[in-house]
Amino acid sequence: MSSTDWPLWEVFVRSRRGLSHTHAGSLHAPDAEMALRNARDLYTRRSEGVSVWVVPSHQITASSPDEKDPFFGPAGDKPYRHPTFYEVPEGVRNL
Amino acid sequence: MTRSDARAPYGAGPLDSPLLPLADDALVLSHRLGEWAGHAPVLEEELALANIALDLLGHARALYSELGDEDELAYLREERAFRNCQLVEQANGDFARTMIRQLFFSAYQELLYTQLAALGHPLATKAVKECEYHRDHAEHWTLRLGDGTEESHARAQRATDSLWRFTGELFLPLGPGGPGGTPELDGPDLVGAVDWDALRRSWTDRVTGVLDAATLTVPTTEQHGAWAAGAGRQGLHTEPFGRMLAEMQHLHRSHPGASW
Repeated sequence: MSSTDWPLWEVFVRSRRGLSHTHAGSLHAPDAEMALRNARDLYTRRSEGVSVWVVPSHQITASSPDEKDPFFGPAGDKPYRHPTFYEVPEGVRNL
Repeated sequence: MTRSDARAPYGAGPLDSPLLPLADDALVLSHRLGEWAGHAPVLEEELALANIALDLLGHARALYSELGDEDELAYLREERAFRNCQLVEQANGDFARTMIRQLFFSAYQELLYTQLAALGHPLATKAVKECEYHRDHAEHWTLRLGDGTEESHARAQRATDSLWRFTGELFLPLGPGGPGGTPELDGPDLVGAVDWDALRRSWTDRVTGVLDAATLTVPTTEQHGAWAAGAGRQGLHTEPFGRMLAEMQHLHRSHPGASW
């Protein structure tokens, strides 16, 4: 049995309550239950987390590097999408 | 050694403490699991086994330091002075054998430490969560191996059948109290307050439940061989143990007092 027989899983770890799960890495495991346990051993042994998700890597649809420009380029010159673009008018207490 | 030596009266030295068998169980199994380093079927499982080994080493260290000098107890005792059960000293064999051994031992350790924790032993209170994880890990693997391929099933069944005879020893009462001991006892005598019959019943329920679910046949053979029952606890060990001990101890014995 080699690791190539086992599917790849992506591991997401939530470090504290209130934060969101963050991608931590990937691992091989025969099924989801074992993937969770492997994730616990690989990614939370130094108290990194309070919750773990595992997702089959093949279930992830990723954007392609070729589509980088049409995907992400247009957002580059639109500073008005950032809240810091706007000046808070005098006298306004909540915006 | 004759059988009448089996339950020699407990004295006051560390070698007489009923905690010593628990420490030796943890150390010996830790070393066995450590032997998988570099040899486990996959990297992820290697880490899992090393984690479990280190947890067990932690248990052993905590118990040894209650009894005396850790290094002296781990590295300078002869085979006959070790009180671990024979189950934990059994060679790793294939992965199925390692996992079945782990299932048998972790189920025992979890139940025993749960009782010790209820009696107020500080180490047990801390260790019981680790034991629970070890048992869970072994259970998951037993299910997958038993209910997996024809090959994995055959290997898991072979392991179950050949290790079964070492399980009877686990329920031999340790310490001067034995069943019905007084919970008021403190320190090492806590072990005497453990309800070994209840432990055996719970262990049997749990383990047979897992074996059933894994489509493995629960052996109907005796839980001890002709001379195996309680032998480890008396310092009588099986052949592979001497070699393991030599490997475990040779560095310390070759370089006494050396440090990193």
